[in-house]
Parts: sequence; C-alpha cells; structure tokens
Amino acid sequence: MVRLLQFAGQGIIYAAAACLIGYFATAPVYKQFPEGKAQIKLSFAHGANRTKACRRLTSKEIAKLPPNERRPNTCERKRVNVQVQLDVDGTRLLDISLKPIGLAGDGPARIYRKFAVEPGTHMVIARLRDSRSTEGFDYETRREIFLSAGQNMAIDFKADAGGFIFR
Amino acid sequence: MMDFIRTPLRFVFDRAERGLALVFPPEWNPLLNLGALGFFFYWIITASGIYVYAFFDTGVTQAYDSIEYMTRDQWYAAGVMRSLHRYASDGLIVVMLLHFIREFALDRYRGVRWFSWITGVPVLIMVYVAGITGYWLVWDRLAQYVAIVTTEWLDHLPIFGEPIARNFLSPDALESRFFSLMVFMHIAIPLIALILLWMHLQRVSKPRINPPRGLAIGVMASLLVLSLVHPALSQGPADLAKVPGSIGLDWFYLPLYPILENWPGPVTWSGAGVILVLFCSIPWLPPMRKTQVAEVNLENCNGCTRCANDCPYNAISMRVRSDGLPFESEAVVDPSMCVSCGICVGACPTATPFRRASDLVAGIDLPDGTVADLRQEVEKICQPFKGKNRILMFGCNHGVSMSGLKQDNVRTVSMRCIGQLPPSFIDYVLSKKLADGVVLTGCSENGCHARFGTRWTDARIARERDPQLRRRVPRERLRVVWAGRAGRGKLDTLLRAFTDDLSALPAEKPPVHKASDRKKLMELADG
Ligand code: HEM
Ligand code: SF4
Ligand code: SF4
Repeated sequence: MVRLLQFAGQGIIYAAAACLIGYFATAPVYKQFPEGKAQIKLSFAHGANRTKACRRLTSKEIAKLPPNERRPNTCERKRVNVQVQLDVDGTRLLDISLKPIGLAGDGPARIYRKFAVEPGTHMVIARLRDSRSTEGFDYETRREIFLSAGQNMAIDFKADAGGFIFR
Repeated sequence: MMDFIRTPLRFVFDRAERGLALVFPPEWNPLLNLGALGFFFYWIITASGIYVYAFFDTGVTQAYDSIEYMTRDQWYAAGVMRSLHRYASDGLIVVMLLHFIREFALDRYRGVRWFSWITGVPVLIMVYVAGITGYWLVWDRLAQYVAIVTTEWLDHLPIFGEPIARNFLSPDALESRFFSLMVFMHIAIPLIALILLWMHLQRVSKPRINPPRGLAIGVMASLLVLSLVHPALSQGPADLAKVPGSIGLDWFYLPLYPILENWPGPVTWSGAGVILVLFCSIPWLPPMRKTQVAEVNLENCNGCTRCANDCPYNAISMRVRSDGLPFESEAVVDPSMCVSCGICVGACPTATPFRRASDLVAGIDLPDGTVADLRQEVEKICQPFKGKNRILMFGCNHGVSMSGLKQDNVRTVSMRCIGQLPPSFIDYVLSKKLADGVVLTGCSENGCHARFGTRWTDARIARERDPQLRRRVPRERLRVVWAGRAGRGKLDTLLRAFTDDLSALPAEKPPVHKASDRKKLMELADG
C-alpha cells in the first residue's frame, strides 16, 4: 500500500516536471515587436572617401623610400565620416555622422538601425554624404512606400548600385 | 559573505530533498542524481538527434519543410524523436542548473574541488550554445528571432567589418553559408562538451553517470508522454520580409534574449563578462581554509589497497614499495586531489583503537584529526558517562547539527565524515563499556557530502566491505540513521526509540577479551 502511494507520488512529481518543461518550452509568448506596427531597418557598411586625395609623389620623395616600397602615388589611409539622414513623412528619424572602423580609421562606416513605424503609405527620404565636402549630400533617394503591419523593409546602401536600395 | 547565499540555498535543497524522499527511495531521489540525469538527457539528445538528422535537410530554404514533414507526416516516429530532442534538452538545462546551484550551496566547489567546478563552467556555456544553434536550424519565426538577436548582439563587438546581422536584413540577403556554420556548430559543440565532461569527472572516483533504472524509466516515460501529448512544433516559416512579432520563446535556453535584444550592447557584454569572471573565480572567493591532507605513515601501511579503493576523489594510488618492507605496494596520496574527508582512515586496517596508546598511528591519517585524537576524544567524552542507556553518537560536520540534543543519555562526537570512523571504534566503545549503545549518523542516504561516506559505512557494518565490523559486536546496541541536515526529527525519534530498546535489553556481561583476539589485533597493528 505504502509502495503504491509512493509510486503515485512519483507519478505526480514526474507529471509536474513534464508540465513545467512542456509549458516553458514555448510559453509565455514574448511580444518581440509592438503589435500592429511595421519596421524600417537601415543598415549598410560603406567606405567613405579618404580624408585627403591621393597625390603624385615628387621624384625626390620617391628616392627617399626604400627601393621595394617605391610607388608613384601616396594616399591618406584615414577616411572621412559618413553622414546619413533618414526622413519619414517629413520627420527626421536619423541624422548621424558615422566614424570609419579600424584603428587607423581606414575601414568602412557601419550602421544597423531599426525604426518602428505605423503601417500604411510613407514618404521616405534617405541621404548620404561620403565625400570631403562639409555640406550637402552625395546621394539622396526619395521613395513612397507602403508597409503592412508586421512588415520589415530594409534600406541598404551600395555605391556600386547607385546608392540606396529599398528591399 | 558567501555563507549568506549558500545557507538559504542549502536549506531549500535540504527541504526539497526530504520532500522527494517521501515518495522516492533514497537511491532514486532526483536531487541526488542530478549529474547522472544530465548524462541521461545527453544520451537521449544524442540518439534522437542522430535520428532526426537523417530526415533533416541542411539547406536553409529546405530545412523548415523537412522538419514539418517529420512533425506532420511522421509524427509517430520522427515527430516523437524531435519532441524528445527538444524536451530532453530542456530537461538537461533544468538538471544542469540545479546541479550547478547545488554544488555551490553544499560548498563542494572550493579547495581541490575547483577542478570539477572550472571544467563545469565551459560545459554550461556550451550546452546553451548548442541549444541556441539548435533553435536556429528549424528556420521558423523563432529561429529568425534567434538569428537576428544573436547576430545583433555579436555585432556590438567591433570584430566584424560588416555587421553579420546584415545576413538577415531582407529575404534576398539570406545566404546558406551562415546556416551551414550553425549546422556544423550544433554537432561540434556537444561533442566538445562531452570531452569536457570526461575531464569534469577525472577527479571523482566511480562517478555516478547512469541514473538508477527506476529513475531512468520514470524520466524516459514522462518525456515520451510529454512528446505525444504536447509535441514540439515549429512557429511558421521564417520570413525576413516580416518582423518575427509574437513568438513562443523556450525560456530554458533563451531567457536572456529579450535582455540582449533591448539593453545596450556595452551593458550586456560587460554583464556577460562579469558573470563569466565570477563563475570562473568563485572557487577562490574566498579560498577554502586549508585543511591538511591525508598522510601515509609507511611503517604502518601494509599495502592492502583498501584506502585507494574507498577514496571518493581518486586521490590515492598504490605504488611499488619504497621502504624495503616485505609488502607489494604502498599507498601514495596526491595532495592536489585530497579533500581531507578521512574516508581512507576509516578504511585502514591499522586504524584501530585497540592498539596500545603509544603506538596508535594509522597507515593513513589526517594530521589535524588523527585516529589517536579521535580515540582520546571518545574517551574524554565518555569519562565519566554515568546513568542508564548511555548512547554515544558519531556524526559528521555535514549532517544534522548535534548541538542542542535534548536527551541526557546521549553524547556526541562529530567527524569530517562518518566514513572516517573505523568500524573497530564501535567494537571498542561497546566492548569497553564506554557506552551502552552506539548511533552512527551523517548526511542523508545516498547524499553524502564526501560522496561515499554513508555507503562505505553501511557496507562495512553489513560486513560486505573491508574493514568489516566484527561479528561479536552486538547489533542490537548499534543504530545507523542517515538523517541529513534536515533530519532532526528523524534523529530524535530514533534516539528515543533506541533508548527504550536499550532499557529492554538484559544487562550485559563484563567484556571478555580472548587472548586470541588480542593477538590478532596486535598482528594487524604491527602490519
Ligand atoms: C551537462 C552538464 C553536467 C553534467 C552532466 C555533470 C555531471 C557531473 C557528475 C556525474 C558528477 C559526479 C557526481 C558524483 O558522482 O558524485 C559531477 C560532479 C561535479 N560537478 Fe558536474 N556536471 C555538469 C555540469 C556542471 C557545472 C556547470 C558545474 C559548475 C560549474 C558542475 C560542478 C560540479 C562539481 C563542483 C562536482 C564535484 C562534486 C564533488 O566534488 O563531490 N557540474 N558532475
Ligand atoms: S582524506 Fe578523503 S580525499 Fe583525501 S585521500 Fe583520504 S579518502 Fe581520499
Ligand atoms: S588502507 Fe592503510 S594499510 Fe591499506 S594501503 Fe591504505 S594506508 Fe596502507
């Protein structure tokens, strides 16, 4: 009798453990993103221009270099910051100056940002400057987009492809 | 400081262990089999993993469908295997975390035990990484969430030229090379963890890696029932054109994901660093007070190997005799592995209190608590010990606290471990009439702090293991109760009942030491 009760008790413990595992394996549900909103993700990695233009070395300068390093041009390694703006329906969501990565500041500038927006039609303007000039933008894209709830739209940037890419 | 954390935790574990003892026999108690259950889950995960891998398509675009096929069309076989794979993995987290907290709560991670702790830490991390990569492979909405949060988190470190989260920017960015890496990691990491687990067990002898059959059957049956009643499902195919939205997280593996996702990178990374450093340094926070390790006294060691067989921490090896005495081998203690439990002393045939006072030196002994000291303490405590039904109780520092016992007829001696007590001491106390009855107590059954103290004591008394309790010892004057720290009530009840039993026994004849007994003992003592 005692043994039977013991087995019943073990059954209860096993059942409780199984319920615990079964439940917490998928619940409670986590709301990762506000319901009924859409998302715009702006992300790229882009190397801006060098802080100084390459120039020809004078013959004197070339002569000073060790023979195996002689070359006609010299280029600055460091790049300028990339300036980015993102406007949605006239509101500025982002206006930022991105530093190049790398210890010598010679790498690409990187960005990865997410914005939650209302679903519906939006006017999006993305601007980017990667030249040495201090004002104005080298790239600008305006696009009217339609986002449904839960949609994720990415804005990428590829200079080779002509600028911003909406996808 | 650490005691403030350990003490309440230990209290909870003690209570839970006692609660489970109401329905589980001691050897099946799940809390006393956490490491073994970990291995058991690991094997289930391996077997079910191999099975589902046969059906799994390792391409990122086909993975989801291949898993749906298992779950829907093959629900009775591959589907069950998938569920077993998931739920055993969750079970592994539960028992591993309990094992981790319990070793901490019982203070079994400092001193020379640091090795078991330090090899456990990477296993802990790898089990998590294995689970996270596993959820990735399903390539459903949860996988999408896991992929995005993981890569975003890694991107906080300035090591990737291009953010790796960009792999999941939009459907056309998705590439299968990342996915293949995850498939590889999901197989490689558990294998590395297994090698580490092997190291984890190097410093414990006869590790319990298989749960007792009854417990294994119970666990397996509940996993099967759970898998059939509540099968593991996917959460809709991943779609990078959508946000994952509401998802069912596995809270065993991913409880930190909402934090990783929402807290700033520097905070989560430094938090992770602090926790890692803490886990790795905790065996020395503060370091354990140095206890002197067991020492061999060669002139008293006859090379019988009992101490090496009984040491729970692989600290004793038998080597070729070095002192010219006519014995095959001698015991050698590795101080870096000895936890000073004294179980070897309890095993040594020369550790007998019947020897002359002057030459009571055991073959192996704890310098800061020798057998001679123990005999002296016993004699001091029992001198004078007057009255009826006098009980001498041997206990240990890890069992129920013996201060504040109410019975007047009970006196106590506390040792490192009850396994430190050579059985001849029981004979000594009763035959010399130092007391009328002897009680041995200690940790809970199967829950010995030094692993084997209670087990070897039981076996020595049952005459199944050397050194055996002599036949002439009147069993009716001996009680053994594995009460554990939470077993005060059990112990008190036993003491009262034992007192009654003793008073019902006929008065004993004065002790007789046959000449032959004496001779034998002297021979033993002389090694
Ligand atoms: C899957 C994970 C793990 C498994 C399967 C496992 C398994 C085991 C086993 C079988 C033992 C021997 C128990 C015995 O026979 O008495 C043991 C001991 C131990 N484990 Fe683990 N373990 C795991 C993870 C960990 C972790 C994460 C830690 C802590 C960081 C840890 C700390 C310890 C310690 C300190 C001991 C030694 C206890 C003693 O000295 O008596 N283990 N483990
Ligand atoms: S004291 Fe314990 S750990 Fe040390 S050698 Fe003896 S039995 Fe082994
Ligand atoms: S138990 Fe004692 S006599 Fe036997 S090998 Fe160990 S130290 Fe030597």
